Amino acid sequence: MHSFGYRANALLTFALTILALICAMVSLSDNLNSPSPSAEIQILNINWFQRHPDGNDEVSLTLNITADLQSLFTWNTKQVFVFVAAEYETPKNSLNQVSVWDGIIPAKEHAKFWIQTSNKYRLIDQGGNLRGKEFNLTLHWHVMPKTGKMFADKIVMSGYRLPEEYR
Amino acid sequence: MGFIGQTLDSFKPTQLRQALSQAISLGMIVTSALMIWKGLMYFTGSESPVVVVLSESMEPGFKRGDILFLHMNKDPIRTGDIVVFNIDGRDIPIVHRVIEVHEHGGTGEVEILTKGDNNSVDDRAMYAHGQRWLQQQHIIGRAIGYLPNVGYLTIIMTEKPIIKYILIGALGLFVLSSTE
Repeated sequence: MHSFGYRANALLTFALTILALICAMVSLSDNLNSPSPSAEIQILNINWFQRHPDGNDEVSLTLNITADLQSLFTWNTKQVFVFVAAEYETPKNSLNQVSVWDGIIPAKEHAKFWIQTSNKYRLIDQGGNLRGKEFNLTLHWHVMPKTGKMFADKIVMSGYRLPEEYR
Repeated sequence: MGFIGQTLDSFKPTQLRQALSQAISLGMIVTSALMIWKGLMYFTGSESPVVVVLSESMEPGFKRGDILFLHMNKDPIRTGDIVVFNIDGRDIPIVHRVIEVHEHGGTGEVEILTKGDNNSVDDRAMYAHGQRWLQQQHIIGRAIGYLPNVGYLTIIMTEKPIIKYILIGALGLFVLSSTE
């Protein structure tokens, strides 16, 4: 009952239980944070807008993305993954979501940013439906913690529209 | 006659009872571990509720050896979800982020494209030959939480199986010697 094996086993079990409890409490402390992020996206330019030989439309845009995500960071935050997705509807698909840009914010100091970029990922439709298409640009963020539960949310910005003609 | 009688005598009832109770306590440990695993499978709705991250394709978010808690419900898959999926013909689950979703109007079926955060190209090259999209049935679960580094033991056990045998041997020895 008092051998080394028993004592080591009891100590290890206790240490692991306490560690699990602490991780759970750290993760719960994230719920105390009430974030208030803000973002704005402008389409500076439609670079080109063509239809592929297989019938799928593709558009290339230059975007201006401004965001302040500093309030998302807590002591338990490892990084925030942020991305911009274009959302639109077509006759065949009730919803299309295509990610056009993403980035990783490693620390609070970098969370207030302004970036001007062409789309990092190609915006290709399943079909030729993009002429004159109205779409939303949504800024999503994914808070990845040092331990525990991950949080995700988004800001939807609507009112964008693609040109009527290819160019 | 005398020799056989002596051997039979040495197999005393108390020794038999001790051996049986050791076997039962070992069985209890194994079955309670199994119950916890199956219970987790039920509550999270996923076939494998906990996975170990095996590659560096999601760094710096997830490193090799981290474990992810999965959950699967009827909510539709949307961009940004971190999903775990199997590719037909391969049995290692892959943890990547969804970057494109196309949902068909009538059937509600989705076609999904994924990409690892740390990769420069999307996963299309990794899918089965001729496959351009993932469907809902390929997705095992969504990652909702994470613990750093805990899974490194599983990686070591898979890559150097001798450690697995040493651990199981030591555990067995400990249980068997616990009556002292």
